[in-house]
Amino acid sequence: MNIIVVGCGKVGAKLIEQLSREEEHDITLIDTDAGVVQELVNEYDVMGVVGSGIDVDVLNEAGISEADVLIAVAGSDELNLMLCLMAKKLGNCQTIARVRKPEYFKAINLIKKDLGLAMVINPELISANEIARILRFPSAIKIDTFAKGRVEILKFLVPDDCILSNMKVMDIAAKLKTDILVCGVERGDEAFIPSGNFDIHSGDLLSIVAPIGQAGLFFKKIGIKTDRVKDTLIVGGGDMSYYLAKQLLRRKIAVKIIEQNQQRCEQLFELLPEAIITHGDGTDNKILLEEGLERFDSFVSLTNIDEENVLLSLYAKSKTDGKVITKINRIEYGKVIGDLQLGTTIYPKNITAEYIVRFVRALKNSMGSDIETLHYILDGKAEALEFIIKENSPISNVKLGHLQLKENILIASIMRNGRYIVPHGQDMILTGDSVVVVALKNRVSDIGDILR
Amino acid sequence: MNYKMILNILGWVLKIEAFCMLLPLVCAVCYGETAEMYVFLVCAFLCLIFGTVISPRRPENRVMYAREGFVAVALSWVLLSIFGALPFVFSKSIPNFIDAFFEIVSGFTTTGASILADVEALPKSILMWRSFSHWLGGMGVLVFLVAILPLSGSGNLFLLRAESPGPSVSKLVPRVKSTAKLLYIIYIAFTAMQIVLMLLGGEDLFTSLTLSFGTAGTGGFSILNSGIAGYSRYTQYIITIFMILFGVDFSLYYVLFFRKSTDIFKSTEFRSYIIIIAVSILLIFCNVRYLYPTAEETFRHSAFTVGSIITTTGYTTYDFNLWPQFSKTILVCLMFIGACAGSTGGGIKVSRIIILCKSIVKEIRLYAHPRTTLKLKMNKRTIEHETVRGVNVYMSAYACIFVGALLIISFDNFDFTTNFTAIAATINNIGPGLNMVGPMGNFSAFSPLSKIVMSICMLVGRLEIFPMLMLFSPYTWKK
Repeated sequence: MNIIVVGCGKVGAKLIEQLSREEEHDITLIDTDAGVVQELVNEYDVMGVVGSGIDVDVLNEAGISEADVLIAVAGSDELNLMLCLMAKKLGNCQTIARVRKPEYFKAINLIKKDLGLAMVINPELISANEIARILRFPSAIKIDTFAKGRVEILKFLVPDDCILSNMKVMDIAAKLKTDILVCGVERGDEAFIPSGNFDIHSGDLLSIVAPIGQAGLFFKKIGIKTDRVKDTLIVGGGDMSYYLAKQLLRRKIAVKIIEQNQQRCEQLFELLPEAIITHGDGTDNKILLEEGLERFDSFVSLTNIDEENVLLSLYAKSKTDGKVITKINRIEYGKVIGDLQLGTTIYPKNITAEYIVRFVRALKNSMGSDIETLHYILDGKAEALEFIIKENSPISNVKLGHLQLKENILIASIMRNGRYIVPHGQDMILTGDSVVVVALKNRVSDIGDILR
Repeated sequence: MNYKMILNILGWVLKIEAFCMLLPLVCAVCYGETAEMYVFLVCAFLCLIFGTVISPRRPENRVMYAREGFVAVALSWVLLSIFGALPFVFSKSIPNFIDAFFEIVSGFTTTGASILADVEALPKSILMWRSFSHWLGGMGVLVFLVAILPLSGSGNLFLLRAESPGPSVSKLVPRVKSTAKLLYIIYIAFTAMQIVLMLLGGEDLFTSLTLSFGTAGTGGFSILNSGIAGYSRYTQYIITIFMILFGVDFSLYYVLFFRKSTDIFKSTEFRSYIIIIAVSILLIFCNVRYLYPTAEETFRHSAFTVGSIITTTGYTTYDFNLWPQFSKTILVCLMFIGACAGSTGGGIKVSRIIILCKSIVKEIRLYAHPRTTLKLKMNKRTIEHETVRGVNVYMSAYACIFVGALLIISFDNFDFTTNFTAIAATINNIGPGLNMVGPMGNFSAFSPLSKIVMSICMLVGRLEIFPMLMLFSPYTWKK
């Protein structure tokens, strides 16, 4: 597909990295900063155009008339929306715009159709959604959902002296009498799709597939506490905090927000009448203790400064054993921060890029591929993809044990008419099933790709 | 430095060279030149074996940066020339290795300077190899490599940049691979067109092929001692037109043919190139009119020579050594200007000359009004400061190398015009110079040292200086 990306900030760069990895896209990027464009062109196999994306000549030079998708991730919402409107007039492409101001976002459905937008993405909102999802199930580090939310892949850390340690993967089902399936293991820098006789160690990060509701049972069996959180302390009162608080309050989770700016505090007070808004410097540990940090069962640091968030979370970890979630804006140091054992870290830029990539893949859907959902799992090293099986698919009506799968491919779950099936050797995939496949070191864009 | 990846590229370059030797091989079979047939078979085999030995398998780490790109390109060209010289040595056409090296470097860099006094004595297959090297070197072997190999990643762009001429190399389409393919498609289409037109003009296939290869790469090796003088008027005009066509930026052709836009006529570089050609032809026409019986002949020779020199081809229909000083001086100026960036020609390139002239004007205006905001513009677009700086540094390096080379070859004690134009003709990839190295002369009288210096000059000129300089810089090899 021909893709034009306007704006090469962190999200733009991440998008370009992800999209250029998929061989079939021709990507053109537009930015006003010649240096940034040059850098990206040097690094990835893409074409760069220097100039304002709103300039008709620039858009024409980038080949807007032949573009299939235009992704507007420039700094300002107004520009992004305007761009999509123009792109629609200049060519026949799908448009994706990033819109962050809650006021705009609220009204977006009114104008989405008139602007011809295929997708509007709000990084703060989707990040808040992700945080909310994790707070619902705090023992997991990351949760991705499939089959319209009926199947989940959860990632968690195997604690010391857990009954899982030194257990073989194939024994789990029998010993614990559970339906869950281990679909990935991260140990140190490496990621595996474990075979049956893989030994689980404490300290491993396991990713498991489970139908919704089953994971709680499993966690109880292995002795990890799974109580959902009752209250949350949020430091920083930005848009993301607002979206998060709104969702949590809806689920009757008490929220306290510590914000530095008096005016913003008053604003939040108006917006979130049920939340407790505290005016104060959240980075001051005296204030944190005063506000009862030790008594909260979850803590989310959402200030605008990464360093502060990391330090705050480290401090919170030392004071409570509740769930700690940290927001990090800069993507580059993910590895180092991962080593700090902060619990869950949220990268809004990554989430945004992932969302868009997923959408672009889904667009291809109408052009032949049939990916329903896509999530990056195992620290971005593997992909979990959901397919709806069409008629005459090469994998349907064959016993799974007889399928010649490629290495590092796992069929993780089958969903048939709303019923969850743990894939075993004698099971068969039928037309209309929704199948989740985990692929490591493989590129799968069609279900047939999983076969040798 | 990712040595494994560089070796991998070198390996592929040699494999491609082996493949390319099949053309002269076929030629040898057709003309019944048994000895040469074996020579090319052996050489192709050597390339293949050596290419496989240095990089038996795909390296795991395939990351390349600008540094690896430059080094890989420079080393590829040296290696290509060393192996390309072997058929000359083995077939005893040019028994001395240094002479053979000079000859093939001159071929690959599309210079066309020869050390041979009598080319007609050479076997047909050797002549074919000589001319084919022009065609290969014209668009570049690594561009070809990028077009056909599944070299994933961004490192390719650096290969393309290091090999393609011009102050700022950009892609035609988002993917490097598609860009390289497009370049070769245009190149092959134009070459084929010329071959067909020459065949229609009554030339035999061998002549059409060799001369078209020489024109396409803007090389200039001819297959007759008299150069192009012996061919029909029609052939001479065809070659003139195609020389000038191959001196144009190929990205303009892409825009013209694939995007159906007439931007080519708005391009500053293209316009300047055409104006320079037209004015030079006019001046030389007036200046040499007294030498020829008809106006047509005067026009034909002046147009051919101007086209041949500015595109750095180096074909000749008339010994311009015999022309008056004014015309000769214009030719020397054209030698330095060269063709357009992004073409197969050499020289300093019209776009660099434009940038230099514009910077001079800008500087003068700044002296008069120091607070004026001024930026250089070309094609209605601001030229990045980086590009201007690149051009300035290029010119300084160019001048230094020129003077250095001139000093070394002056040991041979030939006259100044010979020495000066010999270096100008090699560093600008033209071929013939003036006096001893004029259209009817050759480079054989120079000492082996001078020949090596001039071979390096040719490579420096073809790769636009920096890849070759990087090869000799200690910073390149430091961690």
